[in-house]
Amino acid sequence: MATKAFQKIYTKIGQITKATCTLKATGVGADELATVDGKLAQVVKIAGDEVTLQVFEGTGGIPTDAEVVFMGKAPTLKVSDQLAGRFFNAYGNPIDGGPEVEGVEVEIGGPSVNPVRRKQPSELIATGIAGIDLNNTLVSGQKIPFFADPDQPFNQVMAMVALRAQTDKIILGGMGMTNDDYLYFKNVFSNAGALDRIVSFMNTTEDPAVERLLVPDMALTAAEYFAVEKDEKVLVLLTDMTSYADSLAIVSNRMDQIPSKDSMPGSLYSDLAKIYEKAVQFPSGGSITIIAVTTLSGGDITHAVPDNTGYITEGQLFLRRDSDIGKVIVDPFRSLSRLKQLVAGKKTRKDHPQVMNAAVRLYADAANAKTKMENGFDLTDYDNRALAFAKDYADKLLAIDVNLNTTEMLDVTWGLFAKYFKPEEVNIKKELVDEFWKK
Amino acid sequence: MATKGSVIGIISNIVTIEVDGPVAQNEICYITTGGDRLMAEVIKVTGRNAYVQVFESTRGMKVGAEAEFTGHMLEVTLGPGMLSKNYDGLQNDLDKMEGVFLKRGQYTYPLDKDKKWHFVPLVKPGDKVGASAWLGEVEENHQKLKIMSPIAMKGVAMVKSIVPEGDYVCEDTVAVLAGEDGEDIPVTMVQKWPVKVAMTNYKEKPRPFKLLETGVRTIDTMNPIVEGGTGFIPGPFGTGKTVLQHAISKQAEADIVIIAACGERANEVVEIFTEFPELVDPHTGRKLMERTIIVANTSNMPVAAREASVYTAMTMAEFYRSMGLRVLLMADSTSRWAQALREMSNRMEELPGPDAFPMDLSAIISNFYGRAGYVYLNNGEAGSITFIGTVSPAGGNLKEPVTENTKKVARCFYALEQDRADKKRYPAVNPIESYSKYIEYPEFEEYIAKRINGEWIGKVNELKTRLLRGKEIAEQINILGDDGVPVDYHVIFWKSEVIDYVVLQQDAFDEIDAVTPLERQEDILDLVVEVCRADYAFDNFLEVMDYFKKLINLCKQMNYAEFKSAKFEDYKRQIRAMVEEKQQ
Repeated sequence: MATKAFQKIYTKIGQITKATCTLKATGVGADELATVDGKLAQVVKIAGDEVTLQVFEGTGGIPTDAEVVFMGKAPTLKVSDQLAGRFFNAYGNPIDGGPEVEGVEVEIGGPSVNPVRRKQPSELIATGIAGIDLNNTLVSGQKIPFFADPDQPFNQVMAMVALRAQTDKIILGGMGMTNDDYLYFKNVFSNAGALDRIVSFMNTTEDPAVERLLVPDMALTAAEYFAVEKDEKVLVLLTDMTSYADSLAIVSNRMDQIPSKDSMPGSLYSDLAKIYEKAVQFPSGGSITIIAVTTLSGGDITHAVPDNTGYITEGQLFLRRDSDIGKVIVDPFRSLSRLKQLVAGKKTRKDHPQVMNAAVRLYADAANAKTKMENGFDLTDYDNRALAFAKDYADKLLAIDVNLNTTEMLDVTWGLFAKYFKPEEVNIKKELVDEFWKK
Repeated sequence: MATKGSVIGIISNIVTIEVDGPVAQNEICYITTGGDRLMAEVIKVTGRNAYVQVFESTRGMKVGAEAEFTGHMLEVTLGPGMLSKNYDGLQNDLDKMEGVFLKRGQYTYPLDKDKKWHFVPLVKPGDKVGASAWLGEVEENHQKLKIMSPIAMKGVAMVKSIVPEGDYVCEDTVAVLAGEDGEDIPVTMVQKWPVKVAMTNYKEKPRPFKLLETGVRTIDTMNPIVEGGTGFIPGPFGTGKTVLQHAISKQAEADIVIIAACGERANEVVEIFTEFPELVDPHTGRKLMERTIIVANTSNMPVAAREASVYTAMTMAEFYRSMGLRVLLMADSTSRWAQALREMSNRMEELPGPDAFPMDLSAIISNFYGRAGYVYLNNGEAGSITFIGTVSPAGGNLKEPVTENTKKVARCFYALEQDRADKKRYPAVNPIESYSKYIEYPEFEEYIAKRINGEWIGKVNELKTRLLRGKEIAEQINILGDDGVPVDYHVIFWKSEVIDYVVLQQDAFDEIDAVTPLERQEDILDLVVEVCRADYAFDNFLEVMDYFKKLINLCKQMNYAEFKSAKFEDYKRQIRAMVEEKQQ
């Protein structure tokens, strides 16, 4: 970022806090970028001729006579096909040793899509995982997070979903990701020969925390380029959004804002919504699908971050270790894809919605039976059958190592129904029972 | 001369403007930045400094940017041409906007200036009229809409002239009134009204009493809402708030449905305008979109406009109510609106109330709900605004400010429950916690006795008692075990399960089950009461379970069958035979 001749340079900083510095300057625009002592900063407050800058990597070492240069623009990213296959940091600078990307410079965090110009999402994203495809079908243009404790294998599942899904580009936004996980993604994608489809913006735990606030906007600006200009199907992976929210809280705290629930800023909902709502199906065929990770603390979904996320996203996926089969499964109770009805039974076989609900209901009966058993009560014949069904169902369908197409998944489920139940016990429309019940 | 000013401070979308003349609280101004004119609203004035909230992104705005004040508050433009439109929170017609992305500073006219309306006069020269008097009529989407004298007009005016029946555009002068002060008042089909001021152009606001049929059994049968009533639906995410709201807006027996998508997902709005043009209004047989207006301020659209959007929608509703129409207003979600207030209050550095919400939240919510209601207009006709808002309580905890303050004012409470949603018992409305105050009104009892029958309310209350009893017994069985309680207890529990599966649960995605007309609800209620009142003889609890599971399955098949079809009658016969067979 070379200093241009006409730019005014200021060298008198009036006030420095942990994250911000304030100086007298004129002609500065809201949200404008600047450098302070060579460090990137952004205007957050203007009061008369006093300008407050938020320094992304922190103000450590900044002297009061530091050079401040205003750049006359908000953060930008150069977009072109050259983005494909590249790894960048939070500012959009290459970290893979490759050359700078040439292209059109666009401001990140751009305007929203006019809702009437959106198209209703209607394309199924097949992942082969029955816990997703059967019970919580994903649709292109959807936004959905994994709600997971930090020790769960969400990054592995996400990488698997990304590779199996039929998409043109995969954009990975890493926020506070450990270096090990970053290398894991890099390896998995390169082993699968998918590197040329990947664009990655990475803020690892080694980088300053506030920098990661730029990552989602960078990733989505790149996504919008491919989806709008190239009509491509783009899958954006954002991990981990809880780290992103933590950075929001740091900034808002340093700006002396009154915190709301769980020390998060009062604007958390809008801040997260601005990111997730970039998921869209364009009428021209391009789409942006967002799969994110929100790590939980001890499975608590009432914390402000998962709670606000749940209200924004179109469902959520939970992973859980099933002790009966010793595998990780997609939890059928707490997981939900809100868009599944747009494809279930329409793009898949007509019995899909009823079969899916019936199986989950029976699985719930098994959970009740299990509680009964744990409390030392006698089990009925039905209870025992429900328990046996649940074990089979978890192993053959819910486990994340399953790889089937949806018709196979439905057939397997009908098979389990017939093995353990009578038709009147599954509560499915008679016409469907007549057609699909395995005799 | 209009007041002008220049920007002296910017924090996010709160901008401080130094003004050169008088400004009013809530006055609208436009700030010019980078070639765009951005709309903003005054929210605080100190000396010569006006604090405004800008309805759009302030990115790139600089100190010194010019502002121009308009002299009026945030207004909506009311007239024929609003039906089936998609507006943003400031009533811009979204379809008229260019490009895929929303452009800053782009404002579009909400009506159609060139469209001709067939005007039929209802008054003649010499007639005396008051404010909001019906001067004429036009037809839009098969609905008769009234052209009214100015809503804000004072006193009584005389009709000086009125145009003959014919085709006119909305801005043509269709009548001239002579006001009390002798001034001529030209009247077009278009009126303007400030959104934050309630229209009180009616004679009387009685207690509402007419059932508003929604086709959702857990509402109509168990906890009915009435024309002009208020209700709210709180629920954690994933419990089906939006599905329930959409079901109500599709099926409710209303003339006009206004949906305020306030800070929610854009795809949900897309669902409405993709499906509604195809779906048929079960009451009139016409396309649903014809009676629907969408006010969409989705969660990624600017926060300040989100606050305005619910008021925009309410003002439109009041306009139609003045025409004697039955309006249903749905706001999804009022929590997002409250959060928008919180964001603003926070940036203004006001002292916060509970959960950092502004202190006057409860007053704001109650004033807003107060704008709904059933009214008798000055000409004796009736009109109504039924308002149903959803609430998205943080962490699913109903002890939070928005839920608590809404509970004080809304008369119907439909509590969505995580546990029911987990068990896929949809709609996940908890039958025991939820209530409708209207069912206790003697006016309602009298009305329902005429519309359905005198036994209706008694039977509904019987079901509620049975559900409560069933829940208590389920808890006992959980503690004592299946064989720790008498067989009779199992019968009582399973009777409550029959009510749950047959009356409460409803498949919103099944063509037939999705909507149950009142006549069919009466039929189901009678049948379920019959099943519940019967005495059954069983030897052991296993038999009870098997029997009722089979019975429930038959009832569900009946719910899926077309009303009064051969299949339907056949299932009903089978159910009766099953009950008969087990009688003591």
